[in-house]
Amino acid sequence: MKAGIRISGFGGQGIILSGVIVGKAAVNQGFNAVQTQSYGPEARGGSTRSEVVISDEEIDYPKVESASVSIIMSQEAFYKYASRTKREGLIIYDPELIPDHKIDGDFKLAEINATRIASELGTKIVANIVMLGAFNEMCSLLSKDSMTEAIKDSIPKMLDLNLNAFEAGINKVKLVK
Amino acid sequence: MTNDVIRLLGKNQLFIQGDEAAVYGALIADCRFFAGYPITPATEVAEGMAKWMPRLGGVYVQMEDEIASIASVIGASCTGVKSMTATSGPGFSLMQECIGYACMAEIPCVIVNVQRGGPSTGQPTEAAQGDVMQAMWGTHGDHQIIALAPKSVQETLDLTIEAFNLSEDYRVPVILLLDAEIGHMREKVVLPEIKNVLVEERVPATIEPDRYRPYRTGFTRSSKVPEFAPFGSGYRTYVTGLTHDKRGFPVTTSADVHEELVRRLVEKVQDDIDSIWYYEDSFLEDAEIVVVSYGTTSRPAASAVKMARKNGLKVGHLRLITIWPFHYEKTRDLLKNAHTIIVAEMNLGQMIHPITEAVSSDTKVILAPKIGGAIHTPFEILKFIEGEQ
Repeated sequence: MKAGIRISGFGGQGIILSGVIVGKAAVNQGFNAVQTQSYGPEARGGSTRSEVVISDEEIDYPKVESASVSIIMSQEAFYKYASRTKREGLIIYDPELIPDHKIDGDFKLAEINATRIASELGTKIVANIVMLGAFNEMCSLLSKDSMTEAIKDSIPKMLDLNLNAFEAGINKVKLVK
Repeated sequence: MTNDVIRLLGKNQLFIQGDEAAVYGALIADCRFFAGYPITPATEVAEGMAKWMPRLGGVYVQMEDEIASIASVIGASCTGVKSMTATSGPGFSLMQECIGYACMAEIPCVIVNVQRGGPSTGQPTEAAQGDVMQAMWGTHGDHQIIALAPKSVQETLDLTIEAFNLSEDYRVPVILLLDAEIGHMREKVVLPEIKNVLVEERVPATIEPDRYRPYRTGFTRSSKVPEFAPFGSGYRTYVTGLTHDKRGFPVTTSADVHEELVRRLVEKVQDDIDSIWYYEDSFLEDAEIVVVSYGTTSRPAASAVKMARKNGLKVGHLRLITIWPFHYEKTRDLLKNAHTIIVAEMNLGQMIHPITEAVSSDTKVILAPKIGGAIHTPFEILKFIEGEQ
């Protein structure tokens, strides 16, 4: 088993933290995992991506080439990374951040209004965790328990809010193609 | 002390960055002084040391710049405390004069250089292996340092401990060459059990204080490394960057004194190269083509070599773990059966030079370079292999 997950958006959305949570969840479940990241020098804004390679074997090359799952949170990132998903791979995106989400190719597409759902829960900064809930629902790779453990370990403050965001992602994601 | 670290962490398995692994390695090696000036992509090392030093009775100082940082690391080490700093290219350039001072005065210290794209301020958040020659030759004059290049987060932790051990054993600066990729990469790390960790200490002076000579040799594990009396331990000691005699006093116009000292500074490391030079090899036995790599680049190189083997190509892989000193004889021996060597590095050609010098003149040595921030893909290295079939 080997899977590559690419999470992309802009700085400040918690893109890297999302990758860390997925990586920790994979390790919790006994897999090997490598999480890498790419971002500009800005503290906020600028394009950001985080990649996680998960495998039951030793991982040599730490980067994701064609992603098994792409989680996308900005229009720019969608243009850049959506097509770099594997055939029959899964693309999860926030349609309100990505009005132009037309894409050709043999992909599964799942939508979730993560930023709006997060705002309704109290703050849009948990939109990344809503996306992770959607990921957990749409992809059977990692168990809900190991994801929840990883969230608890990574975000000790405002844990309830984040767990609610995770649940909302699980419940509200829609497969559109 | 390791137990303290594990107790304070509450667990021994972590999912952390290379930079953080350098911190835990330093804590386990009993490093208790850190001075630095934060710089991307090495900031997390300073951050971790700032968090941990006070909890373990150590000292963290954020200095005004990198020159002051390395200077205070050397000063702290003179008092007998294991000391470290961390930086990236621009800061590493500023540290060069004091690295030479540490070589000349034989003050152990560990310098973590998380390499980023250069020259100058270059690409702060992007990975490179452009400081490899600078690590050896950045400071002026004849000297010998030790440089190690880990390929994973776990190895970063393990080699940080080793960096302290080598630094104490040989009384030289040891440079841990990371890069932005491995510094910021997260992987599973298992903290070693205390009983399995070897932590070397400097050999203290034992002679009566009035007969002590700071640079007399022959009383430590290596016959060419002087024993050490920390400042404040009751021994009269003297430290200078000028050429000095065994008493530590400047003697700047004697060819004999200079030759004896500087040859010893080089030979104390070079004589032991067999036990300092670490490497890893795979599929070398029947390999006609060998990919040579170090650090992060070893990972796509390993993937490329495995892909080539699957396609039936006779390709091997040599990974340098110790970059400096460079073992010419051993490299020649390991690569003697190959007709072509491909050196994969994230620069426009640095380690290719000693490797070319090491192998026989009828061996073809080609460079697989990569700059700009992204690490090589396995396919990029595979294309070089296929081009040499």
